Amino acid sequence: MIRGFTARLAWREGRAAYGRLSVFVTSIALGVGSLVAIHSFRADVQRSLGDQARALLGADVRISSNRAFPATFEAVLDSMAAQERDVARTTTLASMVLDTRSQGVRLFQIQGVDPGYPYYGEVTSTPNAAWRDIHEDPGAVADPAVFIQLDAAIGDTLLIGEARVVLRGEVTGLPTELGFQSAIGPRLYISRAQLPATGLLTFGSIARYHANFRMTEREDRDEFWNRNHELLEANQLRYTTAGVRAQEMSAAVEDVSRYLGLMGLAALFLGGIGVASAIHVYIREKVITVAILRCLGALQRTLFTAYLLQAAGLALVGSALGVALGMAVQWGLPMVLSGLLPAEVTTQVSWLSLGAGVLLGVWVAIMFALGPLLEVRGVSPLIALRHDFEPPKRTDALRIGAFVLLALTLVGLTVLEAPSPNQGIGFAVVLGGVALSLWATARVLILATRRFFPHGMSYPVRQGVSNLFRPRNQTVSVTLALGFGAFVIGTVGLVESSLTQAFTLEAGAGRWNLLLFDVQSDQRAAVESFMDSRASGPLAVTPLVPSQLSAINGTPIEALLERPRGERPSSWAMRRQYRHTYRADLSGSEVMVAGVWWDEPTVDGGDGAAGNGLAGNGAAGDRLAGDGSGGVARISMEADLAESLRVGLGDELTWDFGGVPVESRITSLRAVDWARFETNFYVIFEPGALEEAPQTAVILARIEGEREKAEMQRDLVVRFANVSVLDLSLLQRTIDEILQRANQGIRFLGVFSTVAGVLVLIGALSTSRYQRMRESALLKTLGARRRVVLKILTVEYAVLGSLSTAAGLVLAIFAGWLMTWTVFEVPFRLDLARIGTVWLWVTAVTVVVGLIGSRGVTSRPPLAVLRDVAG
Amino acid sequence: MSGGQPLRVLDQVDLNVEPESFVAIVGPSGSGKTTLLGLLAGLDEPTEGRVTVAGKNLQTLTEDGRARFRAENVGFVFQTFHLLPTLTALENVMVPLELRDGASHESGRSIRERAMALLQRVGLADRAVHYPAQLSGGEQQRVALARAFANEPRILFADEPTGNLDRKTGQRVVGLMEEINQELKTTLVLVTHDLDLAARAHRTISLEDGRIVSEDGGGGDPEDGAAQ
Repeated sequence: MIRGFTARLAWREGRAAYGRLSVFVTSIALGVGSLVAIHSFRADVQRSLGDQARALLGADVRISSNRAFPATFEAVLDSMAAQERDVARTTTLASMVLDTRSQGVRLFQIQGVDPGYPYYGEVTSTPNAAWRDIHEDPGAVADPAVFIQLDAAIGDTLLIGEARVVLRGEVTGLPTELGFQSAIGPRLYISRAQLPATGLLTFGSIARYHANFRMTEREDRDEFWNRNHELLEANQLRYTTAGVRAQEMSAAVEDVSRYLGLMGLAALFLGGIGVASAIHVYIREKVITVAILRCLGALQRTLFTAYLLQAAGLALVGSALGVALGMAVQWGLPMVLSGLLPAEVTTQVSWLSLGAGVLLGVWVAIMFALGPLLEVRGVSPLIALRHDFEPPKRTDALRIGAFVLLALTLVGLTVLEAPSPNQGIGFAVVLGGVALSLWATARVLILATRRFFPHGMSYPVRQGVSNLFRPRNQTVSVTLALGFGAFVIGTVGLVESSLTQAFTLEAGAGRWNLLLFDVQSDQRAAVESFMDSRASGPLAVTPLVPSQLSAINGTPIEALLERPRGERPSSWAMRRQYRHTYRADLSGSEVMVAGVWWDEPTVDGGDGAAGNGLAGNGAAGDRLAGDGSGGVARISMEADLAESLRVGLGDELTWDFGGVPVESRITSLRAVDWARFETNFYVIFEPGALEEAPQTAVILARIEGEREKAEMQRDLVVRFANVSVLDLSLLQRTIDEILQRANQGIRFLGVFSTVAGVLVLIGALSTSRYQRMRESALLKTLGARRRVVLKILTVEYAVLGSLSTAAGLVLAIFAGWLMTWTVFEVPFRLDLARIGTVWLWVTAVTVVVGLIGSRGVTSRPPLAVLRDVAG
Repeated sequence: MSGGQPLRVLDQVDLNVEPESFVAIVGPSGSGKTTLLGLLAGLDEPTEGRVTVAGKNLQTLTEDGRARFRAENVGFVFQTFHLLPTLTALENVMVPLELRDGASHESGRSIRERAMALLQRVGLADRAVHYPAQLSGGEQQRVALARAFANEPRILFADEPTGNLDRKTGQRVVGLMEEINQELKTTLVLVTHDLDLAARAHRTISLEDGRIVSEDGGGGDPEDGAAQ
């Protein structure tokens, strides 16, 4: 029970100090603010997704396939149509579109839609009726980006494949299309009935087929599922309900927001360090007061409780401010992240997040404050008589307990906040390791400056350096604060650099900048010659042969699928539609991990001769043209796929190429760097195996100059309507834009950590402000000029700042490397320019903040300072 | 300890202070005056020997036990006044009253009235709501006197009470201290460099290098106050 005196003392003692404890309040406010913002925003996104689930799918149920629906499912659709059930189909594919007036040409997503789609959500277009009218009066409507990129206007005639359609309007809002999707591939909508006229749905074309159902009653959906699920599964048709789609999106947002939550937590922990250092300074200033009160008979616990009450009160104020700040950010985040969010996010006060924010803020602040607060108990009343009295140091079990509690709090919170408990523990271990390494760095710094003291340097330098190891130095606290701040900023920066590099498609001159796809076999020679005359370098032509796996080592896939889940290869790997290629060489993104490539001598004495499979010595459709190797084609498989299929070197797989079975044997395994921009494949056949199979090709080329590229695309669209071109530099720009927006969000939150870091720095520097002031005043009294005092301080802060920041950045390099490989799975990029910039900035900020914090030292007369400090 | 070597600050000090007496401890800097005061007040513990105050052996008490003992029996006046800077003059005087074990039974109003009466006694009733920084040195020391006598201590320790005051103000403060001391029948132990001030005491003890080198004035009852 807290006695009245304790509470009164807390209030009376604290009322004058609340202004000086603004670092405490602001630190915790920033930490709580960032967490509340992220949690509230997460709640907003999830609620919005739930509210808009049907509108996001445009239907209650959707069946999707990346092949045309099989006849069996077409029959289901026909029977449903006969029962007058609501079914609207959509087909999406990519194609070049030429505006015949502006001569603009670009690759767009073409979506053919049935009347009635979408069943939910409001489509807005200009003119109003344009969306509906495309079914009555054949024409197209398009995303605003299409208008900009083609320099198009309503009324223009567009060439889509072989069809000419009139652009009727602009779609300003379609709930089923996500902002970032249309940023990657702007869409053009036509009536599905018009698709055949475009001639785009040819062999091998990449299209996605959907059937959308309005089934408001759950019983209807269940009945549909029960009746058809075997058919759907057998044909790899994906069944999605509005609820499931919303949940999937929600899960994706949850993952992202949990990573952001960890950033928020880092800000809160930085705030905690700010709190600890503010309380440390405060208690140090209060030593005389505590000693006097002890002389007057105040008990240790009375004083400890009074200061604990003050800290709790301040934490409450800080947390409340943090909640207000968090709410403001919560309102701002949807604007900052506009275009990246999966739904229109409405903002609502999340009382749970606010309450949790306040509780968390108070708890974390108290946990961080507890260590320094417990120092109150060790203040001897003798200090009232002798200011310089220092009681002997003893091991304090309560302080050890407080640190253990703090460590448990940190681990507990990270585990709760992280996407998975393991990642949470990993995060906590990294944070603990960082704190420990920084502490060790500070100790080494203290020892090293003492050991290798620059005796030959000028007085200000010697004095500045000696400040690092003298009694009551600030080396440990500043190293921890600065190092941690530099660590957070550095890690975020390095991860951002690595991500940006990973998504960089075109690096430097000479690389391909155009990708032509859907080139049919009969067009290949003509397209190659068309491109040869325009390209500035050699073309890279890669055949694509669509196929499905039909048996592994003689056991049909259907039989394998019937086995229990743990005893069979992954069903995804067995059922998926493959696109194989055949070639003689490894590409730059591939590394052999087992077996031998075609041209190397094989273990069984094979000579690597081509001729197996669907080769040219027999009509396509023949079962394997034997050549003495037993009629089995050699293949090289990607190592992860081999693991999923539970196969290895020597295993035999049977593939179905449009009804023609082909036997193959794995003779090598490859590791593929999927992040590199190459035409990468799971399975590569030896040359000569698939030449006669039905196939398309992709062609990589480089054409210099924007005008030349545009002209080529225009000519190509006219001559080869079905061939599409992906301009990689345009794609790069789009990816850059998306990354930039995502970075905006991260940086927006990173600001919290940065500001919290500066606050921590201020707190840490104030720790020894009085000590510095006294010493500097004494130096001035002894005749040191203001310039000398300033020099001493500058040397001290520059050495401290540069070394602590360097330590934090070295740790950031390690953390950045760890995160890019484990979390983002992209290669790490050591961006030294960025690291150098952070190093310079943080060092500069340290010197500036240090000098501003010591302004009284140099500007006030020494006597005034000595009087103040002595009082 | 000093420079890693044990340092004997007080050696073979055998001192009895009789109740209601006024004892001055004098000696040069480093002679052990303040250390002796700290031991007598229970602010420090001797490595050897015994300190008995008002019949209580202070070594048998815990740190908090000694604090309780001080709250009930001891008053302090310091050279640098040591008012709590964040509390008003009145609140400073109220602190010892509020710290007493029975304080929770005593109403806040009566504590306030008593503190006010003490401020009036030292002539500072009109400065009750002023903070220490708003008071002169002499005024601060008078507030400190009011605070020292607030809990009617059995023994008052004064450490160079006039050290930071001019002569005239110092004399006024000491006069006031003597008056209240006599009114409340408090034992007064004063540490000072000022021989004129020491001369006003009933008894003067001179310390040098941690030992009592001379003693003027009468002795006392060891049961009522002793430092050995």
